[in-house]
Amino acid sequence: MASIGVLAYQGSVAEHMKMLSRIEGVSPREIRFPEDIGAVSGVILPGGESTTMGKLIKDYGLIDALKERITKSMPVWGTCAGMILLAKEITGEDITYLNVMDIAVRRNAYGGQLDSFTADCNIPEVSSHKIPLVFIRAPWVEKTWGNVKILARIDGRIIAVQQGNILATSFHPELTEDMSFHNYFAGMVKQADMQ
Amino acid sequence: MDERYELNKNLAQMLKGGVIMDVTTAEEALIAQEAGAVAVMALERVPADIRKQGGVARMSDPKIIKAIKKAVTIPVMAKVRIGHIAEAQIIEALGIDYIDESEVLTPADETHHINKYLFKIPFVCGARNLGEALRRIGEGAAMIRTKGEAGTGNVVEAVRHMRTIMSEIRVLKDLPKEELMNAAKNMGAPYELVVKTAEDGKLPVVNFAAGGIATPADAALMMLLGSEGVFVGSGIFKSQNPKKMAKAIVLATAHFNNPEIVAEVSEGLGEAMKGLEISEIASENILSTRGW
Repeated sequence: MASIGVLAYQGSVAEHMKMLSRIEGVSPREIRFPEDIGAVSGVILPGGESTTMGKLIKDYGLIDALKERITKSMPVWGTCAGMILLAKEITGEDITYLNVMDIAVRRNAYGGQLDSFTADCNIPEVSSHKIPLVFIRAPWVEKTWGNVKILARIDGRIIAVQQGNILATSFHPELTEDMSFHNYFAGMVKQADMQ
Repeated sequence: MDERYELNKNLAQMLKGGVIMDVTTAEEALIAQEAGAVAVMALERVPADIRKQGGVARMSDPKIIKAIKKAVTIPVMAKVRIGHIAEAQIIEALGIDYIDESEVLTPADETHHINKYLFKIPFVCGARNLGEALRRIGEGAAMIRTKGEAGTGNVVEAVRHMRTIMSEIRVLKDLPKEELMNAAKNMGAPYELVVKTAEDGKLPVVNFAAGGIATPADAALMMLLGSEGVFVGSGIFKSQNPKKMAKAIVLATAHFNNPEIVAEVSEGLGEAMKGLEISEIASENILSTRGW
């Protein structure tokens, strides 16, 4: 059984938990404190408000515990706000949060809620069918460096990236019925468990 | 239209577990964001001042809303009067993220709420019971909040409304399908939404608490009663130490199930806003009975 944690302070926590519960061999678990991290072999940073989550992970020391596990190759996946938490650079700002992924991310890159949209996209690494994508006040990846692999672009903008054990998406698979990304991430966690 | 409505409900899902704070200036908006608010409500006056000053309360000056929008990266909401289609069009034109069609402002229409499906921007609306919540959703609201009694610093009405909604949902869930039409008739709610609520055992949109939340303990209480997040109006910037109060309410909301943390953040906050006893408010000054 692969135990996958969902950062559970705020945002699309229940949505990710529900998706994970549908995957065979995965046991989902909410995480809030450093001691919760020891019990999981992968973590999802959900959608929500990145400034809010960024502060809450600092308050009770979760940030250091998470960072340590991620640098020791625990699989982690950030959706939307989660992508911002992972980035080593936030365009136009001085702050970063977990600071573990070689990407520069632009917050609210598409604009406000009136600019939120849906699309679909072929992402061969993740699924053989077109994946529906939901963008809510979404960020995009402005640039990448190091060994970051670009998984998908929409209209030239980078919206899905992977760097080894770190996966990040501008969009919210947890708001759709499509299991592709959750299955893909569960695969990353199961593989890491075997090693 | 359906896709837009889904996207608008989705934004509310992103706010779950968070605190939405009333702010009247760019400086207050920054304090709210710094404290960890998931969104701000841009206002000219907080409800406690609206209550005190009386007169007709209208939509805020667009200049204030734009200044607040410019100051923060978190979503910005603004209030319009119940039924005031033109105010809603103005707010939508400002390009902010959410409209609150709110009983805190003086209603423009005592019979009809806005047809929210005509807008691209999402709406949140107040409700005291399940029928009212489902009527607003029927008109296109993408998010619901309890009305509570705004500007009082007294949580009793928010509790009443949240308990009412949650308990009505529990009752609905146990009804056989053939009794749902009668339930819809009795609560004056669209039948399809009654059926959906009964099937899911929850409202079809995110449901926050609002109206009278003044302390971290109040926020935790509303979360314990099943609220998915809280609006804090006057409670923050009418308290002695807004920065500290704002941060404490954020922590208490995120960790509502952890009394040690709620206790810790409740320490040394200074004075909360001075509250009002509901029974001492003249009935014409009760806000929650506005709208239907």
